[in-house]
Amino acid sequence: MTGKALQAYLHDRLHAPGYRTLVLAGLFLAAVVLASPVAALPMGKPVDFETQEQEAQYQKLVRELRCTVCQSETIHESNAALAGDMRRRVYEMTAAGASEQEIIDFLVQRYGDYVRYRPAFQANTVLLWTSPFLILFAGGMVWLQVVRQRQRLVLRQELSAEERAALEQFRRGE
Amino acid sequence: MLRRIAFPLVGVLVILGLLYVGLGIDSRALPSPLVGKPAPAFQLESFYDPEEIVTEADFIGEVALVNVWASWCSSCRSEKPYLMELARQGVTIHGFNYRDTRADARRYLSAEMNPYDKIAFDPNGEAGMEWGVYATPETYVLDAGGTIRYKHIGPLTPRIIREEVLPLIEKLEAENR
Repeated sequence: MTGKALQAYLHDRLHAPGYRTLVLAGLFLAAVVLASPVAALPMGKPVDFETQEQEAQYQKLVRELRCTVCQSETIHESNAALAGDMRRRVYEMTAAGASEQEIIDFLVQRYGDYVRYRPAFQANTVLLWTSPFLILFAGGMVWLQVVRQRQRLVLRQELSAEERAALEQFRRGE
Repeated sequence: MLRRIAFPLVGVLVILGLLYVGLGIDSRALPSPLVGKPAPAFQLESFYDPEEIVTEADFIGEVALVNVWASWCSSCRSEKPYLMELARQGVTIHGFNYRDTRADARRYLSAEMNPYDKIAFDPNGEAGMEWGVYATPETYVLDAGGTIRYKHIGPLTPRIIREEVLPLIEKLEAENR
């Protein structure tokens, strides 16, 4: 049906009493259904998938992607328009059968590594990922050093001549 | 004795140095991965004429600015006079009308105040996602071959135009000749 014919049809229908409410309700429903794939996906709006895996992938990804305008929120939590667009894109790609990696790559190509809440292990993030272990290792070395030093002190029972002289001085209150 | 002081002292100085460097880093500056890449593909209605289709090919051909704007965006309003000035100087400026309605945007661009050549109408942010748009206003510089050479997030200021945009445009146009 063309736009003009539809308009004429609706006009006739709307002016027939009784149909009015029904048609309006129908139009509203149609608007909601038609609008959903185009407009950004509102926060917390339930999404339908054909398979459980797709649903799980969507739920995982929206919690791992950063809303780049709000910076400290994932697209799952954010109310920003951009986050809505990104949720919609993740939804569409997931429903179309794209893998997790494909969707992440798609967004990284456009928005940079920053969209990932969980940074990938790559050349410029080596320090980020390994620094906790490096710090733990450095701390362990210091601790080992201290323990060894103390062990040496305990093992040594005799005071040296120098230490004895110092002790004697203290005792005399000099 | 010296070692006992020197070791923690060096440690503290290193941490202070890192903190000092950290203070100077702008956490909002996000390099675009699209710089150096060809202009992303899109297909949208022209803002002026819903019957006409605008694609990335319409933006390519000469050195041009691509500006993402909306009538609801107050910082777009603040940079508009500078865009007007650039257009007067002969710089080609294309635009994405982002998440906007034609009626509002038309009011924003009253006829004598329109710096844009071609405008793609993007009410749902579809091309916005392809172009990695965070928020309006954003400005890209395309070279004649259609490669993105520069991106600025936020309103253009006279300083940015003078120190970054104009020298780059001159350089790209020189490459072209």
